[in-house]
Amino acid sequence: MSFISLMGALEIGLIFALVALGVLISFRILNFPDLTADGSFPLGGAVAATLISGGHDPWLSCAIAAVAGAMSGWVTAWLNVRLNILQLLASILVMIALYSINLRIMGAPNVPLLGEATVFTPFIGEGGDSAYWIQPMVLVAVVIAVKLGLDAFFASQSGLALRATGANPRMARAQGISTNRYTLAGMALSNALIALGGALYVQTQGGADISMGVGTIVIGLAAVIIGETLIPSRNLWIITLATVLGAILYRLFIALALTADFIGLQAQDLNLITAVLVGFALVLPMLKAKLRRASGAK
Amino acid sequence: MMHAQGLTKTFNPGTPIENRALRGLDLHIETGQFVTVIGSNGAGKSTFLNAISGDLLVDSGSIHIDSQDVTRLNAWQRAGLVARVFQDPMAGTCEGLTIEENLALAWQRGEKRGFGRAVRPELRDMFREKLARLKLGLENRLSDRMGLLSGGQRQAVSLLMASLKPSRILLLDEHTAALDPKTAGFVLELTDQIVAEQKLTALMVTHSMRQALDHGERTIMLHQGRVVLDVAGSERANMDVPDLLAMFERTRGEAVSDDALLLG
Repeated sequence: MSFISLMGALEIGLIFALVALGVLISFRILNFPDLTADGSFPLGGAVAATLISGGHDPWLSCAIAAVAGAMSGWVTAWLNVRLNILQLLASILVMIALYSINLRIMGAPNVPLLGEATVFTPFIGEGGDSAYWIQPMVLVAVVIAVKLGLDAFFASQSGLALRATGANPRMARAQGISTNRYTLAGMALSNALIALGGALYVQTQGGADISMGVGTIVIGLAAVIIGETLIPSRNLWIITLATVLGAILYRLFIALALTADFIGLQAQDLNLITAVLVGFALVLPMLKAKLRRASGAK
Repeated sequence: MMHAQGLTKTFNPGTPIENRALRGLDLHIETGQFVTVIGSNGAGKSTFLNAISGDLLVDSGSIHIDSQDVTRLNAWQRAGLVARVFQDPMAGTCEGLTIEENLALAWQRGEKRGFGRAVRPELRDMFREKLARLKLGLENRLSDRMGLLSGGQRQAVSLLMASLKPSRILLLDEHTAALDPKTAGFVLELTDQIVAEQKLTALMVTHSMRQALDHGERTIMLHQGRVVLDVAGSERANMDVPDLLAMFERTRGEAVSDDALLLG
């Protein structure tokens, strides 16, 4: 694998680290199985690409994309807590609705960003030769900032209330925590991060495409699971770190599998590789325990 | 002061499994009174407690806590007035959170939560001091996860959490039922101590007539969703378990068949 393709994998890995942190909030912290990601990731991309190609500031476009993502997460949660629609079903409804909404926002199945100024443009010198390593570095800064921000939030009074809402809603209510309100806010935060990932993704890929969201949730979940398998911990700042590393490792595995010619895999095998990887990550803890038992029996 | 009037609650109305859990329950508790509640399975004890806490809303009737009508408020809106300890040690705490995080959650019961750090150094010192009084060695385990604690330890911490902030009424829902006798004794003693110290208004549901008479200053018995027996003062002081049982049978005109009531 060349250095450039390594940096490319790192770049996408970092973007999916944001997605994975969003998935961590919905699936793990709020205990809310949420598939909105497949719609909110392209939503972020659609909003950002449309605004940027319309000449707006790229950072502002990212912020607005995140707000749009937050609204989509909020709607999913609202369908669940107010209308009592099953969590998975509520998120599928929103995901499907977002497909139409994204098409409306973009006005076409894709919006190219070639030649437009992105958030990365100010950091890249003349000619753009350095883009392949500058872009990942900018993303590292963004991901670190988001991770530290989340860590601080989870240790705050509201963050603790959010964790209690997911872990033990009855106890949370007895402590005066409105579990409905925290579910709405937590889901908004989760999908804001996922949409931010989408907004940054289109700026590294040269444009938005209506089908860019397919499988987002699986990749996010894969990153979370790989992270917690490799670095099992109950400590939240370690869990967020593991999630970020899980997302990067996942992309590196994929890049490795695709570039290793002797395996003979091609780009269309991506989803198959993902399924195998997640499956492996899921049984790894069991294998570990078996190995430990075997060595203990000796 | 807690005043409940004409509470009714029917589960699954109009179906073959219809259950009229509360059938016009009236109860008035003065400020600072410690009331114990007994009754056989299905008498409506848990439903009554859940109605006071707001975990479920009654079909009719009204509940006042002090001068405030809380009948239509849900659990989280009442949390500033009502503190509670659950029967299941797992229910009252978050096992994934640390001891200090659980205490920090309780420290803000019924208050607005901001974005400030939840566990501040001065709070940690206060938690440590309070935990030390439990004499369980938990003061050195502030950052241990709650899930590592035994059932008794968790109930003791739950009790501490419920009394961390002032409440108008403390609800104890068979909070020693899941514990072994020795631990149950310890938690009950702790309960008496905290209720007396903070002069709390408390309502304790128990399965044991012995406990009901030994703790608190007034005992009520529920049967078929109503208060059928209410004793306090000298009448109660001279009572023993067989007397209570006889009174119950006389009131209802039937023999008590539930063994659980005789235990203890």
